[in-house]
Amino acid sequence: MSLIELHNIKKSYKLDGFDLRILKGINLSIEKGEFVAIMGPSGSGKSTLMNILGCLDTPSSGNYILDGQNIEKLSPDELAHIRNQKIGFVFQGFNLLPRTTAIENVELPMVYASVKEEIRKNKAKDALEKVGLKSRMYHLPNQLSGGQQQRVAIARAIVNEAPLIFADEPTGNLDTKMSIEIMKLFTELNKEMGRTIILVTHEEDIAAYADRIIKIVDGEINSDIKNPQIK
Amino acid sequence: MIDAKTTFSIALRAIKANKSRSVLTSLGIIIGVAAVIIMLAIGNGAQLSIQEDMKTMGSNILTVRSGTSTSGGQRMGHGTQPSMKAADGDAIQERIKEIYLAAPLLNDTAQLVHGNANWSTSVTGTDNRYFQIKEWNLAYGRFFSVTDLKNAAKVVILGSTVVGELFGDMDPLGKTIRIKGIPFTVIGVLETRGLSSNGSDQDDIVYIPLSTAQKKVIGIAFPDMVKSITLQAVDAKSTYTAEAKIRTLLRQRHNLGNHKEDDFVIRNLTQMMEMRENSSKVLTILLGSIASISLLVGGIGIMNIMLVSVTERTREIGIRMAIGAKSWDIRLQFLTEALVLSLIGGFIGVVCGLSGVWLVSHFSSFKAVVSLNYIILPFSFSGMVGLFFGFYPAYKASLLNPITALRYE
Ligand SMILES: Nc1ncnc2c1ncn2[C@@H]1O[C@H](COP(=O)(O)OP(=O)(O)OP(=O)(O)O)[C@@H](O)[C@H]1O
Ligand SMILES: [Mg+2]
Repeated sequence: MSLIELHNIKKSYKLDGFDLRILKGINLSIEKGEFVAIMGPSGSGKSTLMNILGCLDTPSSGNYILDGQNIEKLSPDELAHIRNQKIGFVFQGFNLLPRTTAIENVELPMVYASVKEEIRKNKAKDALEKVGLKSRMYHLPNQLSGGQQQRVAIARAIVNEAPLIFADEPTGNLDTKMSIEIMKLFTELNKEMGRTIILVTHEEDIAAYADRIIKIVDGEINSDIKNPQIK
Repeated sequence: MIDAKTTFSIALRAIKANKSRSVLTSLGIIIGVAAVIIMLAIGNGAQLSIQEDMKTMGSNILTVRSGTSTSGGQRMGHGTQPSMKAADGDAIQERIKEIYLAAPLLNDTAQLVHGNANWSTSVTGTDNRYFQIKEWNLAYGRFFSVTDLKNAAKVVILGSTVVGELFGDMDPLGKTIRIKGIPFTVIGVLETRGLSSNGSDQDDIVYIPLSTAQKKVIGIAFPDMVKSITLQAVDAKSTYTAEAKIRTLLRQRHNLGNHKEDDFVIRNLTQMMEMRENSSKVLTILLGSIASISLLVGGIGIMNIMLVSVTERTREIGIRMAIGAKSWDIRLQFLTEALVLSLIGGFIGVVCGLSGVWLVSHFSSFKAVVSLNYIILPFSFSGMVGLFFGFYPAYKASLLNPITALRYE
């Protein structure tokens, strides 16, 4: 069985009485240890799909089976548990807690996993070091640049050692040099630690790091190919 | 589940982030707790002063005075028409089993002189039963002897105020003072009792044998006359049953026909004290509950602000949920915040309340006495108010859906 199985996933929003169909029947399986890039034009439904995959949102219809569990049948608290234990999520809009230092933001997933404070602090420091932000540990989000905030969000997603990492345009605010650093980090997590990584990107250069590239157009999978030349 | 220390630090941070708002929110609790403490202290003080009165008055006391009462029950100039005899008291003590002791009293104001010092005070003729009823001991000296009482000896027992006025630091025992010009030998000094609850000095008084008062000091209209008799019943219940028996006995002794009114007035002091005590208890409860209402209103204030806070922090809640916070984690976070807010308010309220009690007892005629219970009660009540009114906002927060919360602007 695959780690992720999507069967005919549809998502629509009701807007002024009209059904706005965003996802129009997505079928997809992703194996454990895969590194997948999702590409597609703006508004095609990539983030919507990621939110469903990340157990944050529920599809209007269709089945999502994650690690053998039918997501539809789980309670909000069980979903929270899965998000906490199995998933690291990098949001497109960072979603850091305001008035909370970088290190405390990174600690947050471990707070809800009841990890001891000492261990929490050490792991958070390590994660921030990996994204090159050790010197900014005690800065508040509004004292950080967009790229720095994005890296805090990445640190938060990898800190809990979740087997699944979802990253919605994780390099959107980074310069080329920093983007390469982050992609190297993801590659390392994928190749050496066996984490499954699914990321959304607009850039061919970034997608080139993945070993599978899925293109979404207008809420449907347009192409799903093995990357011929992995970086 | 999230640990307690982190929960508290999150709550404290949220409270600090909105300092002025937090202060205003807890103001309701502060005022409520302070009001409850002050009100309970005043009620408590009233009860304590009644209890003190009861102690100095003696227990299970009735008094009988000369005088008449109208049919409406209003006492009219009692003591104006003397009718009581010391023998009435003896008869009551002897023949009514509920009554344990009867002390006759004949008193008047008189001028006391010792050397150059003089002092005007109440001179009371009585016998040793009076001190027994009042549970009043001597500081030094002796009570009246049987011969003193029988032979109308010119001996006097002084209250401590009178000693101070007439003798200063000198030892009064065995000295002679003049009462209405008649020389008396000081045989004893009573223990100091202090002020009564109505502010009169209980030690500003002297006692002489009843026979001496009747024969030599105070003018009487007929032999063996007294102004009143103080009676002690065997227990509180007997004060009620004794009353009717005393009336019957006295009417018989005074030869009052059926159509005639009583020429004496019986007062059940124990009953009056019990009534006073009950009404002060009611007053305490009343004051306390009115003050509790302000505490409740303070709780509503907390609920109001917590609801605003939940709405304001919808995105924060979304982030926490997205990262793995369960509904109880969110509930606990907001409950803790409400609890901390109200307990801080409660603590400041206790401080303000205690200062208020100090002010009241120093600068007003009310007696206000704090007891530990009356601090713990409103403080823990403020905590319960916080929990109660914090629950709804916390519950509401925990019901949010993570994705809609994240999208909240
Ligand atoms: N809550 C919502 N209500 C109505 N429409 C929505 C809602 N959320 C998303 N949409 C719509 O769904 C569509 C897909 O949005 P989505 O965020 O998935 O796009 P995307 O592919 O991630 O785009 P981008 O590359 O710009 O991030 C958009 O047209 C958007 O307007
Ligand atoms: Mg998007």
